[in-house]
Amino acid sequence: MVILWTDALIFLLLGLMLVLGLYLHQKEYMKRPLQQIGRSKVAMVSLVVLFFFMLVGLLDSVHFKSAKSNDIVSLLDVWATPLREQGEKTYSAPFAVYLYSKEMMTQADGTQQWGYPRLQFGGAHLTDPEAQQTSDITEKALYGFAQGAGLVIFFLFLLWSVLLEQHKPFMNSSSAKAAWAMVFLIVSVNYALIYLSGYYHVFGTDKVGEDVFYQAIKSIRTGLVIGTLTTLIMLPMAIIFGILAGFFRGWVDDVIQYVYTTLNSIPSVLLIAASILMVQVYMANHEEAYTSVIVRADMRLLFLCLILGVTSWTGLCRLLRAETLKLREMEYVQAAQALGVRRRVILLRHILPNVMHIVLISVVLDFSSLVLAEAVLSYINIGVDPTTYSWGNMINGARLEMAREPIVWWSLSAAFVFMFALVLAANLFADTVRDAFDPRRGGYE
Amino acid sequence: MIQYIIRRFLYAFPLLMGVNILTFVLFFIVNSPDDMARMQLGQKHVTEQAVTNWKQQRGYDLPLLWNAKADGEEKLTQTIFYQKSVGLFLFRFGVSDSGRNIAADIAQRMWPSLAVALPSLIVGLLVNISFALMMVLFRQTYLERSGMVLCVILMSVSSLFYIIGGQFFIGKLLKLVPISGYDSGLSAVKFLILPVLIGVCSGIGSGVRWYRTLFLEEVEKDYVRTARAKGLSENQTLFRHVLQNAMIPILTGVVVVLPLLFMGSLIMESFFSIPGLGSYTIDAINSQDFAIVRAMVFLGSVLYVIGLLLTDISYTLVDPRVRLS
Repeated sequence: MVILWTDALIFLLLGLMLVLGLYLHQKEYMKRPLQQIGRSKVAMVSLVVLFFFMLVGLLDSVHFKSAKSNDIVSLLDVWATPLREQGEKTYSAPFAVYLYSKEMMTQADGTQQWGYPRLQFGGAHLTDPEAQQTSDITEKALYGFAQGAGLVIFFLFLLWSVLLEQHKPFMNSSSAKAAWAMVFLIVSVNYALIYLSGYYHVFGTDKVGEDVFYQAIKSIRTGLVIGTLTTLIMLPMAIIFGILAGFFRGWVDDVIQYVYTTLNSIPSVLLIAASILMVQVYMANHEEAYTSVIVRADMRLLFLCLILGVTSWTGLCRLLRAETLKLREMEYVQAAQALGVRRRVILLRHILPNVMHIVLISVVLDFSSLVLAEAVLSYINIGVDPTTYSWGNMINGARLEMAREPIVWWSLSAAFVFMFALVLAANLFADTVRDAFDPRRGGYE
Repeated sequence: MIQYIIRRFLYAFPLLMGVNILTFVLFFIVNSPDDMARMQLGQKHVTEQAVTNWKQQRGYDLPLLWNAKADGEEKLTQTIFYQKSVGLFLFRFGVSDSGRNIAADIAQRMWPSLAVALPSLIVGLLVNISFALMMVLFRQTYLERSGMVLCVILMSVSSLFYIIGGQFFIGKLLKLVPISGYDSGLSAVKFLILPVLIGVCSGIGSGVRWYRTLFLEEVEKDYVRTARAKGLSENQTLFRHVLQNAMIPILTGVVVVLPLLFMGSLIMESFFSIPGLGSYTIDAINSQDFAIVRAMVFLGSVLYVIGLLLTDISYTLVDPRVRLS
């Protein structure tokens, strides 16, 4: 068992979320917004999508030393061992059985021929690819889909029978049905894809012959880590400084305002670039501490989250300051003050819970923009380590190949599909959360 | 008014001071010039002599804050802090690590950046506002709902894909405009069409949503109801009353980014190989030229602070309710 820094923080975050969820879910004031989210079909469907992304991310966050090769691998790697090891020589298109580029081959009778060689793994079980390929793919896809569908239906009925008694109104609502339909779709399609990738490279292979499907799946963790850990880092700063500035006013307010305006005035990309350059220099000078590639990449990922956190807390801080300024003049806060309640207690009991909706909304809204920012930063080489699997790195590696003939489109498309799914789900979910928790939008849905 | 501007101007000074100190700490204290030299010269096989030479050539061989060896006021001036950081205040950007004059580079590369950024901003603004107005006009109909869905979808696509897709379809398949490049004078126009188009497209999703919320907030106010009650048609209220009042947040939101247009857009310029400040910065980052990055950080914050100043001034100009105090 090897615990990387980001792993530890992810599990810490998960723990915090669970505790907060358990604490809040019985509260009366949480009922209306939660029900509103529960009623929204779009929100439930995107929640399901996010849940599956999270599941993959978590599987990919349990690391241990592999017994065979002494590398650090994750649970997901073990599960996807065939995908990881069945590499080709170079590019190959999705479902291809031949390599992308021609090379000299030696025939069975000893003559040399210039042509497209068969792939080592993709479709290697076919004897006559031209005739069999289409029917084989359809057959295997249907078989995999049916298997996945059977599995998910079995478990859905099981769950249904258990949950129906307790949550009858919810289970019969249309949003629950939409969510279950999404579960069904995701599980069966993915099952089919996984089943197929035992025989083909479903998204093709990249320049060094690595399976693109595997890369795209591994990138999920990077995207999630950037989206969530940055929030974990920025929240304490934003909340503490924002509330203090709004509540105490005077010189505290001046200092905090000065700090965030200064940070804001530096273009964030440049601040990130400068900090990442510094990290690179630091790591180059302390090479002995970062022996393994994974540990080094992980450190850089963590630093990136830290820096993104430092550059992005200012927005939330400003919002919280403004809200606290408003709240401290409210009657209930003044009453508490008049009754001699200590300031610490006022802050914790009266102010903090009443700004939490802003925190929640901005956390959900920031998530998708952070995932998108990762891709851009990786493109300018100030994002994650080049050895880390990430959508940004995939795009970066593939964009120059658009000029080839025939074009290599699969790496880009895979990154696009996965990123789009995650960001769209996050955006849709964020919208519903905002509508549900924003008191100014309380009236209508 | 002038007094107010002067006061705001003085307020900007400590901000820039803070930026300066922050970059100084980042670039010289967290990592010593020795580290930078090794990074530039290659990690493994560097002799002490090479490092010393490198530092001497670029003036990094001075003490950080206090030069005890010098006499008189040179104790302060003969330091890295004075030479490298204070000079930025006077816009003395100095020489880049590769030996070029940074100020001359900036002056030359500013204009291509502006040539991309300004049309993108103006066209984007027009497109976003007209779509947003249209959605407000058709509010609570299917047209608006599908428009909102479309916005979310457009928002969820990474800007990289807009660029790659645009270059591929418009540049490579249809061959309407050159894929990338730049030219001096008027012939630059054909190189600018694609970046501007893509810049506008990638901003539509979030832009329309943002302006729509602005308009919707305005639409529910009392004076709009009064206008309708007077018998004005929906179009008249929207264009005569709502648009005019919503212009205040729109205008101030635009003014704040105006100075930053000079900085250009990092990814746009490097994708379209436009020789602006954005690609200048990226090149500096990739070749780890710390002097340029430092200069750009400072320039960026100066422009931002100017933007803030302009915003305050424009508020007082367009909104009579804001008084100078």
